[in-house]
Amino acid sequence: MKLLVKNGTVIDPVNKMEEKSDILIDGGKIAKVGKSITDSSAKILDAKGMYVFPGFIDMHVHFREPGFEYKETIESGSRAAARGGFTTVACMPNTDPAIDNQAMVEFINMKSKQVGLIDVKAIGTITKGRAGQELSPIGELYKAGAVAISDDGSTVMNAEIVRRAMQYCKMFGIALIEHCEDINLAGDSTANEGYYGTMLGLKGIPACAEESIAARDIMIARDTHGKLHLAHLSTRGSVELVKWAKKQGINVTAEVTPHHFSLDDSCLVSYDTNYKMNPPLRSKDDVAALKEALKDGTIDVIATDHAPHAELDKDVEWNQAAYGIIGLETAFPLIITELVIPGVLTLPEAIKKITINPARILNLERGTLDEGRDADIVIADINKEVEITEEFFGSRSSNSPFIGKKLKGSIENVIKSGKIVYGSK
Amino acid sequence: MPLNHLIALQDISAEQINEILELAKVFKEVNERRVKKVPTLKGKTVANFFFENSTRTKTSFEIAAKRLSADVLNLAISTSSVAKGETLIDTIRTIEAMQIDMVVIRHSVSGVPQMLTHNIKSHIINAGDGMHEHPTQGLLDMFTILDKKKKIEGLTVALIGDIAHSRVARSNIWGLKKMGATVRVVGPPTLIPRDIEKLGVEVYNDLEKGIKGADVVNVLRIQLERMKKHLFPTIREYAMLFGVNTTKLKAAKNDCLVLHPGPLNRGIEISPNVADGPQSVIEEQVTNGVAVRMAVLYLLGGGKANEIIG
Repeated sequence: MKLLVKNGTVIDPVNKMEEKSDILIDGGKIAKVGKSITDSSAKILDAKGMYVFPGFIDMHVHFREPGFEYKETIESGSRAAARGGFTTVACMPNTDPAIDNQAMVEFINMKSKQVGLIDVKAIGTITKGRAGQELSPIGELYKAGAVAISDDGSTVMNAEIVRRAMQYCKMFGIALIEHCEDINLAGDSTANEGYYGTMLGLKGIPACAEESIAARDIMIARDTHGKLHLAHLSTRGSVELVKWAKKQGINVTAEVTPHHFSLDDSCLVSYDTNYKMNPPLRSKDDVAALKEALKDGTIDVIATDHAPHAELDKDVEWNQAAYGIIGLETAFPLIITELVIPGVLTLPEAIKKITINPARILNLERGTLDEGRDADIVIADINKEVEITEEFFGSRSSNSPFIGKKLKGSIENVIKSGKIVYGSK
Repeated sequence: MPLNHLIALQDISAEQINEILELAKVFKEVNERRVKKVPTLKGKTVANFFFENSTRTKTSFEIAAKRLSADVLNLAISTSSVAKGETLIDTIRTIEAMQIDMVVIRHSVSGVPQMLTHNIKSHIINAGDGMHEHPTQGLLDMFTILDKKKKIEGLTVALIGDIAHSRVARSNIWGLKKMGATVRVVGPPTLIPRDIEKLGVEVYNDLEKGIKGADVVNVLRIQLERMKKHLFPTIREYAMLFGVNTTKLKAAKNDCLVLHPGPLNRGIEISPNVADGPQSVIEEQVTNGVAVRMAVLYLLGGGKANEIIG
């Protein structure tokens, strides 16, 4: 079936395209991009007054399957992704069992195909069982389709293992993604160390718990010439380190989550556990630093760290509550509302961080609107207001502090390989 | 504004603090009578939920409620009910379904009393939540200071010891600052939480400098297990650097009061000479605690201050 997206403003950062254009889709591929395309056999999607982007890529989600299906499944996660404009996601391996062998990667890929909404890629573990002790079979994971390795949720505290993993990954060209949090410095703390943590009596995770691991891994990347990606950075010190590393030519990239650039630790005064994250919400100064780093390119990627949790995981005492929030559906509205409208990023700059930049880090041939590519396309109205409600979510969980908020930026249609997976048919 | 809950001294005004302290004076007098009982909370039920060990605070609340003629339910709940799979909110809702009026709660996790305000209908009194606040302790400390010094405004109060983990410290800081005192915190940098000076206190790492010229010294209990977390090397060294003894106390004003929320580690944070000495008001704090808690229970039970105060 042919589809013709007409009258939209097409933003394709790689091709420096930012103009009114039509896109013809045929056989699941982008057949043609150009002005005033006509094709009487194509179903027409009118994007008048809207923007047309390459399908978004989220390189950091938790789909909880297998092991925690009461929080999310690959099906419900795919629904949430499609709802948010994401046609490709990479899911972290902290499932039960962990994604630390070929069979697990194949399971994720098989489930993704069965659901058939979006592309769910697997990230394999760095160490067996995410235990931080022995290397996972990285070659086996890669051959099965893993797009990177990470023990996300935990830092690999043994620097020797990190160094060997980074060296070993060079054979496959895949990135090692680090969750930066020194477990001794973080201890059993649950909030940012600072004024609000002190006032509220919540033990603080100091910024240096993140920064010392970021610094360690940057030096290991310099030593090994390996490919390092730092997940969900949250502090000014971390972005300063990445900025320095990039200047040195070290192969490092970094991501930030929408909640870390939208919220700060003053939100914790409510003790609402939907503000409990790891890394914790940081100070206003850290948030300002993250925005600067997004603008100057130090931060390459916006990734959601979509972390679904059921009510019984969250509606408990602060210390017992699970870390994290869902993020796939709110990512685009937050990018528009917090970054694009206030002028932190231009629209093409923002789109790069959720399309081509993560695609390059994960070695994926996507994130652009080149003719011949899979037709992964998002149609969005950036001026339309969306109200975040529980019903707004495709996810099985609704642990979001943004419920009740009104944000600008509405995803209207999402096309995955030529098929409409979200929006009016 | 009528008090609905008492969660934190951060949340209440100087006027409200004054009202509670004035009322407590009246109840202190009740406690000195031969018949130490008034019928003000007759027919009301107060449930004491203590999820953390406590002798003095639990007893104090129990006596306070009984002297106001309330029915009192004491629940010492270990983590076992959590082990059975019941959530905290379910546990408390279950008891609340038996039509109680007030919940007094102590819990090891900061924020639990505030969380409950969204989940139950009873009036809630925070009897200490994690490292957050212990408002009735802050109130009874201020009552004791006021009783002896006849004022709080303009006084210099030094809080000594483990500020980082202390809910007593936070309630003292909010309360005393609102009442116009100068507040100092004194301890090793490992026990002084980051950005505490933004709460309007002065920070000292030297005991003698910290208590120099002070009107009141409030010595906090040091938890011995903090050593395992590398917060100080030995008890001996802690006692040497931060233990309040008669020699060190000379740096303070001659009539400086010594407070301690208890229980005491005699010979560690406070020497026996000081604890039992002429400047110590530690026992009076305990006595005053009952009166202050009666005042809080009375107000939350719907009582009006002007019906009692002169």
